[in-house]
Amino acid sequence: MWTYVSRRLIQALFILFIITAVCFLLTHFSADPMSQYANRQGMTAADRAAIAHSLGLDQPLPIQYFKWLGLALHGNLGDSFFSRQPVLLLISQRLPLTLELMGTAEVFIILISLILGTVSAVKQYSALDNVITSFSFIGYSMPIFFIAFGLMQIFAVQFKAWGLPYLPTGADIWDTADIIELARHMVLPVTCLVIIQVAGYSRFLRSSLLEVLGLDYIRTARAKGLSERVTLYKHALRNAILPFITIVGLDIPFLLGGALVTESIFAWPGMGRLFWEYAQRGDFPVVNGVLLLTSSAVVFFTIIVDVLYTFVDPRIRLS
Amino acid sequence: MTNQVNAENSIPALKAESTVTFEPLSPSQLVWRRFRKHRMALVGTIGIIVLVIFIVIGSIIVPESAANNSDLHNRLQAPMATHIFGTDSTGRDVFNRIIYGGQISLMIGLLAVVLEVSIGTVIGGMAAFYGGWVDAILMRFTEAMLSIPSLFLLIVLAKFLGHDIPTITILGRTFSGSVGIVIIVIGLTSWMYLARIVRSNMLSLREMDYISAARSLGASNGRIFFTHLVPNTLGIIVVSATLGLASAILTEAYVSFLGLGVQPPTATWGNMMEQAQSFMTQGAWWMWVFPSSFIVMVILSVNLMGDGLRDAFDPHSSRHA
Repeated sequence: MWTYVSRRLIQALFILFIITAVCFLLTHFSADPMSQYANRQGMTAADRAAIAHSLGLDQPLPIQYFKWLGLALHGNLGDSFFSRQPVLLLISQRLPLTLELMGTAEVFIILISLILGTVSAVKQYSALDNVITSFSFIGYSMPIFFIAFGLMQIFAVQFKAWGLPYLPTGADIWDTADIIELARHMVLPVTCLVIIQVAGYSRFLRSSLLEVLGLDYIRTARAKGLSERVTLYKHALRNAILPFITIVGLDIPFLLGGALVTESIFAWPGMGRLFWEYAQRGDFPVVNGVLLLTSSAVVFFTIIVDVLYTFVDPRIRLS
Repeated sequence: MTNQVNAENSIPALKAESTVTFEPLSPSQLVWRRFRKHRMALVGTIGIIVLVIFIVIGSIIVPESAANNSDLHNRLQAPMATHIFGTDSTGRDVFNRIIYGGQISLMIGLLAVVLEVSIGTVIGGMAAFYGGWVDAILMRFTEAMLSIPSLFLLIVLAKFLGHDIPTITILGRTFSGSVGIVIIVIGLTSWMYLARIVRSNMLSLREMDYISAARSLGASNGRIFFTHLVPNTLGIIVVSATLGLASAILTEAYVSFLGLGVQPPTATWGNMMEQAQSFMTQGAWWMWVFPSSFIVMVILSVNLMGDGLRDAFDPHSSRHA
């Protein structure tokens, strides 16, 4: 067990090294941060060189990378090129907002997919199952902006035109004190995220539940006279839910990165937007900081999920 | 080589001896049989054929200039007889743009999948075939790429490749060079799952007796790889490629929606959505309803077909979907 965990941790460090190196290389050549100063009035080439020097941009790339890595290992992700604010401060401003949005969505996603997946597996090939399956197939094939625009058209544009109480299409809310206002802003983006994710998850749960329901021990459970309820909840669902927990668990760290498209449609100032805004300006420290944070979360969460899995399912042995 | 000749000779001999005439089906015939029975897969296939015919006939009838020329006197017109899907913010006909946008979106999807499959098969195949440290390094790299949220990786790569973009002229038509970049970006960010599937499939194939038999007959590494491992992995590759096509078209839509993809006036379904976004609150619903419906139709059809193919290639897989 401990040898397994330590081997995985060493692999994780290696993976993070690859990730940071690739990202550093790509971001470095993706835009020239100095181009911002190119046509400024009264700025000479010497001034630009001085700025580049103060930002450390005049040094060779490997040196820049290892300097950055060294600081990052000490918990310092550097400062933004343009706002000169520490990257960690910028992230700490956005992270709560992303967690509020994604966390709320995730709770609904898990609950609804559990219900829909179970119902459509138990009532396989019934009218209800067919409806759920078709909708999840359509939802699975939909770009999120289709749902987002549709909901905005109805609940924001049309409701406003009809004089009904309408939902906001999005505004930058930094002030989270007003819970009701926050909730009103969250309704539409959360609904979009839920529709997209539930489609995939419920189909997954349905097929894993159907697989379990076909096994011999379920027939045994029925044969010894257990009620359908007990068979389903105590016997079948318990095993069917294991792979479901795994995929949900593996997706959770990705929540940290926010939902870029949803956040930009609804002007939600989360991590996705932070990344997007700074990536457009070529602000590498922020971009690399966000990448390092989200991908470390993914890498370490994978290990945690694997280890926790042995407790949920004692049949699994780590080696 | 002599073994093969003998094997071929022995088949007619066997046939002559047996009293019952029995035509064995080839693997591809078996796949087609199972695919045919999958009703939704046929619906998906028909959907794709209809859409492709629509785009091909459309681009024969409608000249490209009709899709890209703006007419500022007729901006933001709701659907009517002359513009059945309405016009966009610069007076371009939405219907015509859907035809030409469809061409580009499908082309990007197809070429990105070709790139994805090539990279995925080579990396997965090499990892499985060489094993050892080659496997370790390639798989850690694959894992690393999977750990970066995919849109973040797409953005970084798109910015990396997209500084100065030349225009490309193919078959007398001018494309914004961004088309090529989007293809490369999608291909480079989507091969990871395929590589893993190819690797695990080849790893299990490698241990099979017929591979040892081939090896003991003196077959070279290359021969084993191309005549045994690749053909037996083809089914899985075809299925992943089909499902990959759906996600490539979807990714194109997202990338263009963020303004990183193909630049106007070249239309794609994704950048039509981006333009529609700003006119959303003005009630210009036709600008987004039509392109996004086409995106949904194409992706739904491809997904249905991919599902059918998966069941057809792998009869052991459960038919629950």
